[in-house]
Amino acid sequence: MSPYSIAFYAIGLLTLLSAAVVATNRSIVYSGFAMIFTFLGVAGLYILLSADFLAAMQVLIYVGGITVVILFAVMLTRGIEDPKSSNPVMNRPASALASAGVLAMLLVLIFNTDWPLRAPKSLAPGEGISGELGELLLGRYLLPFEVVSVLLLAALIGAVIIARRETLGDGGGEPR
Amino acid sequence: MIGLTHFLVLSALLFTFGLYTILSRRNAIGVLMGVELVLNAGALNFVAFGRFVEGGLSGAVFSIFIIVLAAAEAAVAMAIVLAIYQNIRNIQADKLDALQG
Repeated sequence: MSPYSIAFYAIGLLTLLSAAVVATNRSIVYSGFAMIFTFLGVAGLYILLSADFLAAMQVLIYVGGITVVILFAVMLTRGIEDPKSSNPVMNRPASALASAGVLAMLLVLIFNTDWPLRAPKSLAPGEGISGELGELLLGRYLLPFEVVSVLLLAALIGAVIIARRETLGDGGGEPR
Repeated sequence: MIGLTHFLVLSALLFTFGLYTILSRRNAIGVLMGVELVLNAGALNFVAFGRFVEGGLSGAVFSIFIIVLAAAEAAVAMAIVLAIYQNIRNIQADKLDALQG
Protein backbone atom coordinates (compact mmCIF):
# COMPACT_ATOMS: atom_id res chain seq x y z
CA MET A 1 0.00 0.00 0.00
CA SER A 2 1.53 3.26 -1.07
CA PRO A 3 1.64 6.29 1.27
CA TYR A 4 -0.82 7.98 -1.10
CA SER A 5 -3.40 5.21 -0.57
CA ILE A 6 -2.93 5.30 3.20
CA ALA A 7 -3.40 9.09 3.20
CA PHE A 8 -6.50 8.77 1.02
CA TYR A 9 -8.17 6.17 3.22
CA ALA A 10 -7.26 7.96 6.46
CA ILE A 11 -8.54 11.35 5.27
CA GLY A 12 -11.57 9.76 3.64
CA LEU A 13 -12.43 7.97 6.87
CA LEU A 14 -12.09 11.21 8.87
CA THR A 15 -14.35 13.01 6.37
CA LEU A 16 -17.06 10.35 6.34
CA LEU A 17 -17.06 9.74 10.10
CA SER A 18 -17.42 13.43 10.88
CA ALA A 19 -20.10 13.74 8.17
CA ALA A 20 -21.95 10.90 9.89
CA VAL A 21 -21.76 12.83 13.18
CA VAL A 22 -23.16 15.91 11.41
CA ALA A 23 -26.01 13.80 10.04
CA THR A 24 -26.94 11.89 13.20
CA ASN A 25 -25.88 13.72 16.37
CA ARG A 26 -28.69 14.99 18.56
CA SER A 27 -26.92 18.19 19.57
CA ILE A 28 -26.60 20.86 16.92
CA VAL A 29 -23.46 22.20 18.58
CA TYR A 30 -21.75 18.83 18.16
CA SER A 31 -22.96 18.71 14.55
CA GLY A 32 -21.47 22.17 13.95
CA PHE A 33 -18.10 21.22 15.36
CA ALA A 34 -18.05 17.90 13.49
CA MET A 35 -18.63 19.90 10.31
CA ILE A 36 -15.23 21.58 10.85
CA PHE A 37 -13.57 18.16 10.56
CA THR A 38 -15.56 17.29 7.46
CA PHE A 39 -14.39 20.50 5.79
CA LEU A 40 -10.78 19.87 6.87
CA GLY A 41 -11.02 16.35 5.45
CA VAL A 42 -12.26 17.69 2.11
CA ALA A 43 -9.34 20.16 2.15
CA GLY A 44 -6.99 17.19 2.63
CA LEU A 45 -8.60 15.44 -0.33
CA TYR A 46 -8.03 18.59 -2.43
CA ILE A 47 -4.35 18.35 -1.52
CA LEU A 48 -4.31 14.69 -2.59
CA LEU A 49 -5.81 15.88 -5.91
CA SER A 50 -2.94 18.40 -6.31
CA ALA A 51 -5.34 21.34 -5.88
CA ASP A 52 -3.34 23.30 -3.32
CA PHE A 53 -5.06 26.64 -3.88
CA LEU A 54 -8.49 25.05 -3.43
CA ALA A 55 -7.37 23.41 -0.19
CA ALA A 56 -6.29 26.80 1.16
CA MET A 57 -9.60 28.37 0.07
CA GLN A 58 -11.50 25.49 1.67
CA VAL A 59 -9.79 26.03 5.02
CA LEU A 60 -10.12 29.83 4.88
CA ILE A 61 -13.72 30.10 3.69
CA TYR A 62 -15.40 26.95 5.01
CA VAL A 63 -13.54 26.33 8.27
CA GLY A 64 -12.85 29.97 9.03
CA GLY A 65 -16.00 31.55 7.65
CA ILE A 66 -19.05 29.42 7.04
CA THR A 67 -18.63 27.28 10.16
CA VAL A 68 -18.27 30.37 12.32
CA VAL A 69 -21.38 31.92 10.75
CA ILE A 70 -23.35 28.71 11.38
CA LEU A 71 -22.13 28.40 14.97
CA PHE A 72 -23.07 32.05 15.57
CA ALA A 73 -26.57 31.36 14.27
CA VAL A 74 -26.78 28.30 16.53
CA MET A 75 -25.85 30.38 19.56
CA LEU A 76 -28.17 33.28 18.69
CA THR A 77 -31.23 31.04 18.41
CA ARG A 78 -32.99 28.97 21.02
CA GLY A 79 -31.99 25.40 21.67
CA ILE A 80 -28.45 25.92 22.86
CA GLU A 81 -29.70 25.72 26.45
CA ASP A 82 -30.91 22.17 25.82
CA PRO A 83 -28.10 20.40 24.00
CA LYS A 84 -29.78 17.02 24.26
CA SER A 85 -32.64 17.90 21.94
CA SER A 86 -31.48 20.94 19.99
CA ASN A 87 -31.31 19.05 16.70
CA PRO A 88 -34.30 16.70 16.57
CA VAL A 89 -34.64 14.12 13.82
CA MET A 90 -37.86 13.33 12.00
CA ASN A 91 -38.89 10.89 9.27
CA ARG A 92 -35.78 8.82 9.96
CA PRO A 93 -36.76 5.64 8.01
CA ALA A 94 -38.08 7.53 5.00
CA SER A 95 -35.00 9.78 4.90
CA ALA A 96 -32.63 6.83 5.20
CA LEU A 97 -34.48 4.99 2.45
CA ALA A 98 -34.42 7.97 0.07
CA SER A 99 -30.72 8.62 0.76
CA ALA A 100 -29.81 4.95 0.26
CA GLY A 101 -31.75 4.95 -3.01
CA VAL A 102 -29.84 7.99 -4.29
CA LEU A 103 -26.55 6.42 -3.16
CA ALA A 104 -27.32 3.18 -5.01
CA MET A 105 -28.18 5.16 -8.15
CA LEU A 106 -24.93 7.14 -7.92
CA LEU A 107 -22.84 3.99 -7.38
CA VAL A 108 -24.42 2.28 -10.40
CA LEU A 109 -23.67 5.39 -12.47
CA ILE A 110 -20.08 5.64 -11.21
CA PHE A 111 -19.22 2.01 -11.95
CA ASN A 112 -21.06 1.70 -15.26
CA THR A 113 -19.89 4.86 -16.97
CA ASP A 114 -16.91 4.73 -19.28
CA TRP A 115 -15.04 7.83 -18.06
CA PRO A 116 -12.68 9.41 -20.65
CA LEU A 117 -9.65 9.03 -18.37
CA ARG A 118 -6.25 10.56 -18.94
CA ALA A 119 -3.03 10.13 -17.03
CA PRO A 120 -2.92 12.75 -14.24
CA LYS A 121 -0.34 15.43 -14.88
CA SER A 122 2.36 15.02 -12.26
CA LEU A 123 3.50 18.23 -10.59
CA ALA A 124 7.01 18.89 -9.40
CA PRO A 125 7.44 19.49 -5.64
CA GLY A 126 6.62 23.11 -4.85
CA GLU A 127 4.70 23.56 -8.08
CA GLY A 128 0.99 24.26 -7.73
CA ILE A 129 -2.06 25.02 -9.80
CA SER A 130 -2.42 28.61 -8.60
CA GLY A 131 -0.77 30.24 -11.61
CA GLU A 132 -2.76 28.37 -14.22
CA LEU A 133 -5.93 28.85 -12.17
CA GLY A 134 -5.39 32.60 -12.00
CA GLU A 135 -4.96 32.83 -15.78
CA LEU A 136 -8.18 30.84 -16.30
CA LEU A 137 -10.13 33.04 -13.84
CA LEU A 138 -8.98 36.29 -15.46
CA GLY A 139 -9.13 34.91 -19.00
CA ARG A 140 -11.62 32.30 -20.06
CA TYR A 141 -13.84 32.65 -16.97
CA LEU A 142 -13.61 36.44 -16.59
CA LEU A 143 -17.35 37.10 -16.97
CA PRO A 144 -18.47 34.50 -14.35
CA PHE A 145 -15.74 35.83 -12.07
CA GLU A 146 -17.12 39.39 -12.27
CA VAL A 147 -20.72 38.22 -11.94
CA VAL A 148 -19.82 36.25 -8.82
CA SER A 149 -18.21 39.32 -7.25
CA VAL A 150 -21.40 41.33 -7.86
CA LEU A 151 -23.43 38.43 -6.44
CA LEU A 152 -21.29 38.39 -3.27
CA LEU A 153 -21.87 42.13 -2.82
CA ALA A 154 -25.62 41.67 -3.28
CA ALA A 155 -25.66 38.74 -0.82
CA LEU A 156 -23.78 40.78 1.79
CA ILE A 157 -26.14 43.77 1.50
CA GLY A 158 -29.16 41.45 1.48
CA ALA A 159 -27.98 39.61 4.58
CA VAL A 160 -27.49 42.85 6.49
CA ILE A 161 -30.91 44.20 5.47
CA ILE A 162 -32.77 40.95 6.24
CA ALA A 163 -31.14 40.58 9.65
CA ARG A 164 -31.87 44.23 10.58
CA ARG A 165 -35.50 44.43 9.46
CA GLU A 166 -37.00 43.68 12.88
CA THR A 167 -35.01 46.42 14.58
CA LEU A 168 -36.26 49.01 12.08
CA GLY A 169 -39.88 47.92 12.48
CA ASP A 170 -39.86 48.18 16.26
CA GLY A 171 -39.24 51.89 16.34
CA GLY A 172 -42.48 52.74 14.52
CA GLY A 173 -40.67 53.28 11.22
CA GLU A 174 -37.77 55.17 12.73
CA PRO A 175 -34.39 53.49 12.85
CA ARG A 176 -33.08 53.29 16.35
CA MET B 1 -3.76 2.73 -6.92
CA ILE B 2 -6.22 5.46 -6.01
CA GLY B 3 -8.11 6.57 -9.08
CA LEU B 4 -11.14 8.57 -10.13
CA THR B 5 -13.58 5.92 -8.87
CA HIS B 6 -12.30 6.12 -5.30
CA PHE B 7 -12.91 9.86 -5.16
CA LEU B 8 -16.32 9.53 -6.83
CA VAL B 9 -17.47 6.88 -4.34
CA LEU B 10 -16.21 8.94 -1.39
CA SER B 11 -18.01 12.01 -2.64
CA ALA B 12 -21.19 10.00 -3.31
CA LEU B 13 -21.11 8.85 0.34
CA LEU B 14 -20.58 12.44 1.49
CA PHE B 15 -23.52 13.52 -0.68
CA THR B 16 -25.67 10.79 0.87
CA PHE B 17 -24.89 11.98 4.41
CA GLY B 18 -25.76 15.52 3.34
CA LEU B 19 -29.03 14.40 1.75
CA TYR B 20 -29.95 12.43 4.86
CA THR B 21 -29.23 15.50 6.99
CA ILE B 22 -31.44 17.70 4.79
CA LEU B 23 -34.30 15.21 4.83
CA SER B 24 -34.27 14.27 8.51
CA ARG B 25 -33.49 17.49 10.41
CA ARG B 26 -36.18 19.68 11.93
CA ASN B 27 -33.82 22.48 12.95
CA ALA B 28 -33.39 24.87 9.99
CA ILE B 29 -29.70 25.32 10.80
CA GLY B 30 -29.27 21.53 10.73
CA VAL B 31 -30.81 21.50 7.25
CA LEU B 32 -28.30 24.15 6.16
CA MET B 33 -25.43 22.00 7.44
CA GLY B 34 -26.71 19.24 5.15
CA VAL B 35 -26.71 21.67 2.21
CA GLU B 36 -23.07 22.51 2.95
CA LEU B 37 -22.15 18.81 2.93
CA VAL B 38 -23.87 18.35 -0.45
CA LEU B 39 -22.06 21.38 -1.91
CA ASN B 40 -18.74 20.00 -0.64
CA ALA B 41 -19.41 16.64 -2.28
CA GLY B 42 -20.18 18.40 -5.58
CA ALA B 43 -17.04 20.52 -5.44
CA LEU B 44 -14.93 17.45 -4.65
CA ASN B 45 -16.37 15.72 -7.71
CA PHE B 46 -15.46 18.69 -9.92
CA VAL B 47 -11.85 18.67 -8.72
CA ALA B 48 -11.55 14.88 -9.12
CA PHE B 49 -12.86 15.10 -12.70
CA GLY B 50 -10.51 17.99 -13.39
CA ARG B 51 -7.56 15.83 -12.37
CA PHE B 52 -8.42 12.46 -13.88
CA VAL B 53 -10.58 13.30 -16.93
CA GLU B 54 -9.90 15.38 -20.02
CA GLY B 55 -10.72 19.05 -19.54
CA GLY B 56 -7.85 20.71 -17.71
CA LEU B 57 -8.34 22.97 -14.73
CA SER B 58 -11.95 23.97 -15.44
CA GLY B 59 -13.07 21.67 -12.62
CA ALA B 60 -11.02 23.62 -10.09
CA VAL B 61 -12.51 26.89 -11.37
CA PHE B 62 -16.03 25.54 -10.89
CA SER B 63 -15.08 24.44 -7.37
CA ILE B 64 -14.03 27.99 -6.57
CA PHE B 65 -17.41 29.24 -7.77
CA ILE B 66 -19.15 26.60 -5.64
CA ILE B 67 -17.21 27.69 -2.54
CA VAL B 68 -18.04 31.36 -3.19
CA LEU B 69 -21.74 30.60 -3.74
CA ALA B 70 -21.78 28.48 -0.56
CA ALA B 71 -20.38 31.42 1.39
CA ALA B 72 -23.03 33.78 -0.02
CA GLU B 73 -25.75 31.20 0.64
CA ALA B 74 -24.63 30.69 4.24
CA ALA B 75 -24.62 34.44 4.94
CA VAL B 76 -28.10 35.02 3.49
CA ALA B 77 -29.53 31.84 5.04
CA MET B 78 -28.27 32.75 8.49
CA ALA B 79 -29.75 36.25 8.16
CA ILE B 80 -33.10 34.68 7.21
CA VAL B 81 -32.90 32.22 10.12
CA LEU B 82 -32.19 35.04 12.57
CA ALA B 83 -35.03 37.18 11.14
CA ILE B 84 -37.45 34.24 11.45
CA TYR B 85 -36.28 33.58 15.00
CA GLN B 86 -36.87 37.22 15.95
CA ASN B 87 -40.43 36.99 14.64
CA ILE B 88 -41.73 33.61 15.77
CA ARG B 89 -39.11 32.45 18.33
CA ASN B 90 -38.73 29.13 16.54
CA ILE B 91 -36.60 27.75 13.74
CA GLN B 92 -38.06 24.25 13.45
CA ALA B 93 -38.51 23.77 9.71
CA ASP B 94 -41.96 22.15 10.00
CA LYS B 95 -43.33 25.09 12.06
CA LEU B 96 -42.60 27.62 9.32
CA ASP B 97 -45.95 27.26 7.56
CA ALA B 98 -47.20 30.86 7.57
CA LEU B 99 -47.26 30.92 3.75
CA GLN B 100 -49.02 27.58 3.46
CA GLY B 101 -52.47 29.15 3.23
